[in-house]
Amino acid sequence: MSLIGTPYDTTLPQHLRSLQREIEAYARAYGLDFYEVIFEVLDADEINEIAAYGGFPTRYPHWSFGMAYEELRTGYEYGLSKIYEMVINNDPCYAYLMRSNNIVDQKLVMAHVYAHCDFFKNNLYFAHTNRKMIDEMAEHGARIRRYVEKYGEDEVEQFIDRCKSIEDLIDPHSVAIRRREVRPKGALEQERDDESVQPARLKAKSYMDEYINPPQLLKEEEEKRRRLKEETAKKFPERPEKDILLFLIEHAPLKGWQRDILSIIREEAYYFAPQAMTKIMNEGWASYWHSKIMTEKALQPSEVVDYCDHHSGTMASYGMRLNPYKLGIELFRDIEYRWNTGRFGKEWEECDDWEMRRTWDKKLGLGRQKIFEVRRLYNDVTFIDTFLTPDFCREHKYFSYVYQEQGNNFVIESREFEKIKQRLLFNLTNFGKPFIYVVDGNYRNRGELLLRHEYTGVELHLRQAQDTLANIHYIWSRPVHLQTVVKEKPTLLSYDGNEHSMKTLGDSDDPRRRSDK
Amino acid sequence: MSQKIERDYQRFRRIVRGKIKSNLSKYITRGEFIGKRGNELVSIPLKQIEIPQFRYGARGMGGVGQGDGEPGQALTPPQEGEGNERAGDLPGAHILEVELTIEELADILGEELALPRIEPKGKKNILTTKERYTGIRQTGPESLRHFKRTYKRALKRQIASGTYDFARPLVVPVREDKQYRSWKEIPLPESVAVIIYMMDASGSMMDEQKEIVRIEAFWIDTWIRSHYKGVERVYILHDAAAQEVDEQTFYHTRESGGTKISSAYDLADKIVTKRYPPEEWNIYAFHFSDGDNWGDDTPVAMDVLKSRFLAKVNLFGYAQVESPYGSGEFYDYIRELARQRENVVASRIPDREAIVKSIKELLGTGK
Repeated sequence: MSLIGTPYDTTLPQHLRSLQREIEAYARAYGLDFYEVIFEVLDADEINEIAAYGGFPTRYPHWSFGMAYEELRTGYEYGLSKIYEMVINNDPCYAYLMRSNNIVDQKLVMAHVYAHCDFFKNNLYFAHTNRKMIDEMAEHGARIRRYVEKYGEDEVEQFIDRCKSIEDLIDPHSVAIRRREVRPKGALEQERDDESVQPARLKAKSYMDEYINPPQLLKEEEEKRRRLKEETAKKFPERPEKDILLFLIEHAPLKGWQRDILSIIREEAYYFAPQAMTKIMNEGWASYWHSKIMTEKALQPSEVVDYCDHHSGTMASYGMRLNPYKLGIELFRDIEYRWNTGRFGKEWEECDDWEMRRTWDKKLGLGRQKIFEVRRLYNDVTFIDTFLTPDFCREHKYFSYVYQEQGNNFVIESREFEKIKQRLLFNLTNFGKPFIYVVDGNYRNRGELLLRHEYTGVELHLRQAQDTLANIHYIWSRPVHLQTVVKEKPTLLSYDGNEHSMKTLGDSDDPRRRSDK
Repeated sequence: MSQKIERDYQRFRRIVRGKIKSNLSKYITRGEFIGKRGNELVSIPLKQIEIPQFRYGARGMGGVGQGDGEPGQALTPPQEGEGNERAGDLPGAHILEVELTIEELADILGEELALPRIEPKGKKNILTTKERYTGIRQTGPESLRHFKRTYKRALKRQIASGTYDFARPLVVPVREDKQYRSWKEIPLPESVAVIIYMMDASGSMMDEQKEIVRIEAFWIDTWIRSHYKGVERVYILHDAAAQEVDEQTFYHTRESGGTKISSAYDLADKIVTKRYPPEEWNIYAFHFSDGDNWGDDTPVAMDVLKSRFLAKVNLFGYAQVESPYGSGEFYDYIRELARQRENVVASRIPDREAIVKSIKELLGTGK
């Protein structure tokens, strides 16, 4: 079966089909475990198109995919970049091969793809992802196209633009940890009804009404309910929430179609999140296996040079650009080596005899088993945190760099292990994005929205933060605020629909009191 | 390019060029690719729209890299504006800018001047596109609804949902059932074109005037070439006599002596008759002059146009470049002619500022 909606002839030619069977058998023999993989061959232009849609040709229409396409196409036309392969986390897995690849490249790519599929299927962080995402994406596309037809392209596009401005405000770990009860569908409407402050009136004939429903009493009752409502309303969310998209979906005064679009954006963000969280591991794992399968099984003598050329090109890394393929594969190999030779645990850590360390080999042979375990249980942050060692950093010449305001450039900061690890982890944590929480949905008791940036030493890009705030304001439709740090001072950024303001907060921890003045 | 990405791509291009009113215009960044062409580094401009998000600023930012170097060593040259990661992969190198492609240029020209697309008249050799129905979409105009597929889907849905009554087989499609024909653009061979440039090379055409001619001719070229593939060009210089020259000579020769415009028209007509039979070629002729013609030659020139040349060309454009020696009255004759003949246009170019207006006049006919 070909992908729904693609007008291409994508069937795998006979010679590639037999290659596929060969590589698949090797992969299974090594213990890789994957869903069925369907390969399709595409031309450069088609693969660029599909890549622009994040792998889903049926995705909803938006200019940003056109922009991605232009970048890919230009890069390809000038010979700067080329997509050899693409894999979609789905059951069955879909993988696209570039038609113009030579045979050895196709082999390599297939081996690479099978390892990716193994990773998708087995890594814990992918456990929640929708394995019928291709269908789901097509469905999203159909829904948004329908809204475009009904409400107009400009209207819908503008709303999507705003959603995309906040699409990263999710809580990727919430899929594994239940932070709070999920509201059942319809509960929202219920709540809104309950919120009504109008006390019920008893049925009465008009001339009796004044006696049966005394206005005085009704007024008092209404007052009482209003106060009660304000009190309870103040408490939402109960605790700061990181899934701001969910909060907006549940509480922002959106129209039905807008709420649906925001939900679509959120769902797709959660689908893609694990791929961003495991980029180093996933690419490292796939590279480890393509190298293994190629060099031990699949490679013909005549293909060695081409293979080496391609492989080393993929692994190249120098200067400021950290290559996830390289870091990942080397770290997996290092783990395998360490667990094979027993270079782990207390005894190894505490040994400071250089000669003993150099020749250390307990012949445990646990390496293979260990890396399979690692690919199941870790994400990039825990992977680096657990397995990056000083020896490894020294051997691979890693350094940390920092932005220098003085020269307006980047300089090498340090070659110390701790510093390197800290920088690396910082850039991987939360996708290298700041932590933003929604703190109060009824700020100053005026239905305004208060967000908080959890400051960890790096400040926000101010102009972008303000523009993002404006986009949230559009969705929330009441003034929005962000507590953050600007030029080392706690600051409240606000947008009320007309203008931005910036207030430095005093020593008081409570921004509420300050800004109420 | 499939129709789907084409739409998103065009939408993006139009936002970037400011053709769609959008809040996004302030987020357009001028990025670049650094590529290699031969031994030279080239910069390929790449406009992007950066949707604002909560991101970290440059202050205190850093990362991890790999390779040699001592702490304190600079990795990038000082950057303009706020630091961003993309800049500075290739420090200190000499970089050339890559120009726009001719197609892009023509598109921009067409959009800016609201020029009508040219409708070719010939039939040979050349690529144009035709739409052909090849696929199926979920949305579309009702007139393109695919009845059979729509019916089948509706039937399936009704059977699946149990609303189909075998005793009363009424099938009513809902929106989700509807299927529409979609089309693909298919290149078809069509016609070829030749552009004939004629220029008055008499002494009164100074360097500035020639520069104007060159700029104008470049845009005319760009526009016409975007509609035809394999456009040929003919250059004719004239003073009292006309001769066919190459492009280089055309722009860099300065003659003196008198002016007989008829000589150029006559030569152009001969070339067309000999090499570019009008039934196969789309012929465009442009004449640049300061308008000073020998008095008794004007009726002769007009006669060549009227009786022979005009019948053969898609478009004849006369552009009068005004020089410090004043400008002649030949413009008025052509203008008069333009009233009678559809395929004649006349334009005046007093200075560089007027080039845009003049291009619009020359190419605004859609011929």
